[in-house]
Amino acid sequence: MSGVQESSKIRLAAVKSLYNALDFAQTNFDNEMERNYIMKVVCETAVSKEPEIRQAAFECLVSIASMYYEILGPYMEVLFDLTSNAVKGDEESVALQAVEFWSSICDMEIQIQDEFEGADDRSSEGHHQFIKRALPILVPMLLETLLKQEEDQDQDDSIWNLSMAGGTCLGLVAKTVGDEILPLVIPFVQGNIMKPDWRSREAATFAFGSILEGPSIEKLLPMVHSGLDFLLNAMKDPVSQVKDTTAWTLGRIFEILHSSNSEYQVVTPGNLQRIISVLLEGIREAPNVSEKICGAIYFLAQGYEDTESNSSVLTPYLGEIISALLLTTDRTDVSNSKLRSSAYETLNEIVRCSQIPETANMIAQLLGEIMTRLNKNVELQTSSSDEKEKQSDLQALLCGVLQVIIQKLCGSDNTKLIFLQAADQMMTLFLRVFACHSSTVHEEAMLAIGSFAYGTGHEFAKYMPEFYNYLNMGLQNFEEYQVCSISVGVVGDICRAMDDKVLPYCDGIVSNLLKNLSNSMLHRSVKAPIFSCFGDIALAIGEQFEKYIPYVMPMLQGASEICANLDNSDEDMLEYGNQLRRGIFEAYSGILQGFKTSKAELMMPFASHLLQFTEAVFRDTSRDDTVTKAAVAVIGDLADALGPSVKLLLKNTSFHVHFLGECFNSEDDQLKETALWTQGMIGRVLAS
Amino acid sequence: MAPHELRRTFKRTAISDQQRRRDLALLRQNQQRSDSQNRARRLASSVLALPDPSSPAEALVDLPDVVDVHPDLYLDPSSEPEAASPAGRHLDVVEASNLKGRTARHWFSRQLMLMEWMIDVPPSLDRDWYSPSRSDQSALENQLSKKVSGREEGAPRSKSGSPTEQPSPLPWQHATQDVEEHPGQKYVFARPSGKRCFVVSSNGTTVSRLRNGSVLHRFPSSLPNGARTKEISAASHVFCILDCIFHEPDQTYYVIDLICWRGYSLYDCSAEFRFFWLNSKLLETGACDLPSVYHRYRFSVVPVYECNQIGLQKAYTCGVTFAKDGLLFYNRHANYQAGNTPLALVWKDEFCSKYVLDTDGEGQVPIQQQVVLELQGTGKLTTHDDPPIVFGYLEREFFQKTGLQVGNLLRFSIMDESVRTVDGKLELGEIKFLGKANRFRAFADSYSKVFFQHTARHSPLQFMDLMASVDPSLHYENTEDSEMIG
Repeated sequence: MSGVQESSKIRLAAVKSLYNALDFAQTNFDNEMERNYIMKVVCETAVSKEPEIRQAAFECLVSIASMYYEILGPYMEVLFDLTSNAVKGDEESVALQAVEFWSSICDMEIQIQDEFEGADDRSSEGHHQFIKRALPILVPMLLETLLKQEEDQDQDDSIWNLSMAGGTCLGLVAKTVGDEILPLVIPFVQGNIMKPDWRSREAATFAFGSILEGPSIEKLLPMVHSGLDFLLNAMKDPVSQVKDTTAWTLGRIFEILHSSNSEYQVVTPGNLQRIISVLLEGIREAPNVSEKICGAIYFLAQGYEDTESNSSVLTPYLGEIISALLLTTDRTDVSNSKLRSSAYETLNEIVRCSQIPETANMIAQLLGEIMTRLNKNVELQTSSSDEKEKQSDLQALLCGVLQVIIQKLCGSDNTKLIFLQAADQMMTLFLRVFACHSSTVHEEAMLAIGSFAYGTGHEFAKYMPEFYNYLNMGLQNFEEYQVCSISVGVVGDICRAMDDKVLPYCDGIVSNLLKNLSNSMLHRSVKAPIFSCFGDIALAIGEQFEKYIPYVMPMLQGASEICANLDNSDEDMLEYGNQLRRGIFEAYSGILQGFKTSKAELMMPFASHLLQFTEAVFRDTSRDDTVTKAAVAVIGDLADALGPSVKLLLKNTSFHVHFLGECFNSEDDQLKETALWTQGMIGRVLAS
Repeated sequence: MAPHELRRTFKRTAISDQQRRRDLALLRQNQQRSDSQNRARRLASSVLALPDPSSPAEALVDLPDVVDVHPDLYLDPSSEPEAASPAGRHLDVVEASNLKGRTARHWFSRQLMLMEWMIDVPPSLDRDWYSPSRSDQSALENQLSKKVSGREEGAPRSKSGSPTEQPSPLPWQHATQDVEEHPGQKYVFARPSGKRCFVVSSNGTTVSRLRNGSVLHRFPSSLPNGARTKEISAASHVFCILDCIFHEPDQTYYVIDLICWRGYSLYDCSAEFRFFWLNSKLLETGACDLPSVYHRYRFSVVPVYECNQIGLQKAYTCGVTFAKDGLLFYNRHANYQAGNTPLALVWKDEFCSKYVLDTDGEGQVPIQQQVVLELQGTGKLTTHDDPPIVFGYLEREFFQKTGLQVGNLLRFSIMDESVRTVDGKLELGEIKFLGKANRFRAFADSYSKVFFQHTARHSPLQFMDLMASVDPSLHYENTEDSEMIG
């Protein structure tokens, strides 16, 4: 790599293998001499004659920045010179890596700051504040890159150039240092935003949009206040690229600074009307601009989500906004589906953040429109697989909107009626969506069914005969585990909606669930929810769950053994173990409560095992809070359901006393409440 | 090692809504699973309220049945409020202190204990008519009294069969030491005139909220964890909740009850204990000191007397540092109970209050009595009681035409000539719609308030009546009665 005489091919291969070896070089980096040597060679290579080799060397530096951040101190001066020369004068492929080096340093420092937030300075010793120290030179360097835009870069997703990388890095720098970036950037914005050259105006706007996250709202607010009007005017800029960045910046302002609950208001009654009219005009611009405008509307609406009154200032404009979004979904001048899905997603957020009941009529109308669209979609005869895919994509978006509308309408008794009136027709549509697909069920339609069942309650029974087949198809679809997972969740929703009316369907459902548990091909994230689902079924059908006991209990016991043997050093396995434990406890809880009135004694043979398992979980320090809550609850359920029969078992072990003690010391009030209940149940048994 | 992904998200727009929908669905399912399991736990165990860990749970068995035997006409099942457990209520307070906006207002507007208005002198004001001798029964009685509140005001309250206890004198009040010869079961004290509020100190700040849940003040105080100073700030589980009246003229919070102290809940403690705790703990903190930088408002306690002739006389006439607004009567054994309770009563006349008769929006006493009622889905107009009392109906067409909505609080005036009292129950007869109530109102009027206002206009309950009821010479019969049953 350092040899002069080797051919460039060999040297390139050497740099690439160093890059691949960095992961395993911890011991070399721990040793100062070896470290110095590696750094010296990499830095020398970064100024090789061949651009490919320089690029590879910078790739190494990017990796070193994130892997060995803590030892970079002594080399930073050299690295700063190397990277700034590359950014200013080298070929773009090399310059991009040089910018990426600084982005990686930002990533590291943001991560360190997040970890030590609120702690005193001593605990953040590993924080070198490289960005803060480099700021006066780093920021001007990045600002310069912003002026190197390509024409039409916004219309092609595959482009990644120096101005894009520079702007992104500038955003990260702002996140890292906060307020300190403002005096370095604001003069650039002011100096360029009025220039006749569009590159200057776009760069100024992009710089402004990039630094909105990081600095304090107090410092930003006056600037945003004075800049907002300018930005709204800039939506009329003759150059599309300026409009694109302006729309994006408006979205950023709403996303980061706009909340109706904040004491600082960016959007006021005075400027709201103008904002809306600019957005509604802008949404008709070129597709890439329109998409950014959708984002701006999305975040504008989101800011009113937690509005304190039950009336939103946005309400008078919602009709116009919804029609504009619907028109946007119908646009034919688009090359891909991004704009359409952005518009539907924005529609979803509009519905979520709207205030019921004042928008009830509007949402009812939208419901009708979406159902009409879905109806048109399922009527469509498709032949090619391309058409089928397009049809299915649109179904996903429409079912998504329906799901959000159902959830909204069912949130209040007054508006639930609107949902119930449309329920039959809606279910017909869902069934037709399912029928469009021969091999699988539609994920979004299934997701909507969950909310639907919650909304209809007992009435869901009338839809069940037809829906049942699709539910089973969903449960059997282990290849697409998201579909399977959502179907498992829907079983729970249906159980809670139908109660014991779900009984006739349980044989099929339970056998599919059992098959899934034994299927090694099924993604493991679905398995824990299946256990919880057994609990849901048992709670719904009560003593009728008896016939499943011989099949379900061995599964529960097997799973608890798996929990005991999981590799706790692996974070993913740890998470899986916790999910599994919670699932097991929720299954036991549901079964115990379901049997409580008549068949409790059936659980007696499992009581001792359950207590042992709970004790093992109690002693395992890796359990998370949700597991603790479920474990405490299950002890109470055991005492509640089995009563005096478990007196001896409870007397012979004392872990529950310590466990409850731990829960009472918790700061989680729900946990304390559950523990209090369990204590009452145990007390009752022990006093019997 | 895979090549480093150079491309970063650029001008990203809306987040993936599908994942959001999945996450929200999962969240909803988990919440509903835990709700239905908890419901199963409650129903299966017949535990409506979490029992005190030391008391056996059987004490509360089959409560719903007990309630059902009351043949009451006013039960409106559609508007049955959720039966939240008192424990659940106070346990959430740390979280609640972090709530914002509407949610916070909604939560806090339901936390204050709301006194009933004294419509009729209870047969023995100095006795504890609801307090049974067995402690395990008192929870049951509390539950019961909550259920029947608002129905039996007109009729004399039933006495529970309990021998009169001989309580020890109040240890903290000099004012009461000279009344030992006739100890009572009730306390009486002058109610300071001002804004009733709920004061929570937590996370280094103190927040007071009005009856409708909206914030009155946010300030530093010397209450535990009530300011961000070295001495006062504490871990997040340290918080206090006080039931206060903010008295404008001297900018003081008069503490009339204590609900939580340093994270220790007093919901389930008797009034006797709560007053004792309040008086001993509040002074220790310096909360009663004059205002300073980290203690913006002064707190003060109110002198509490045993409800006998001497105590009643003192509460009624003694000079205090605040303007009086009636007298409050507390049952010594009653727990703190959010919402309406008949175990705390308020009474007033012109001598001890400037505000005996309700005023309208302009501060004038209207010629006809006015009431604020809540519009229900069926057109019924109800009071704020549990269960609500129906005082009239609105035609559906009428409220649809006027744009009124279910849940609206509406102001009516009463036609005095059409008011009747049937079997001790007040019936309003004809009422005239005036308009929507002030938007700051959180609740309709309670039955007892309407009744009190009515009698105050026509045949007010006099102080002499109260004095007569605590005259020891008139009590012979009642005492004997109790002893026979006990």
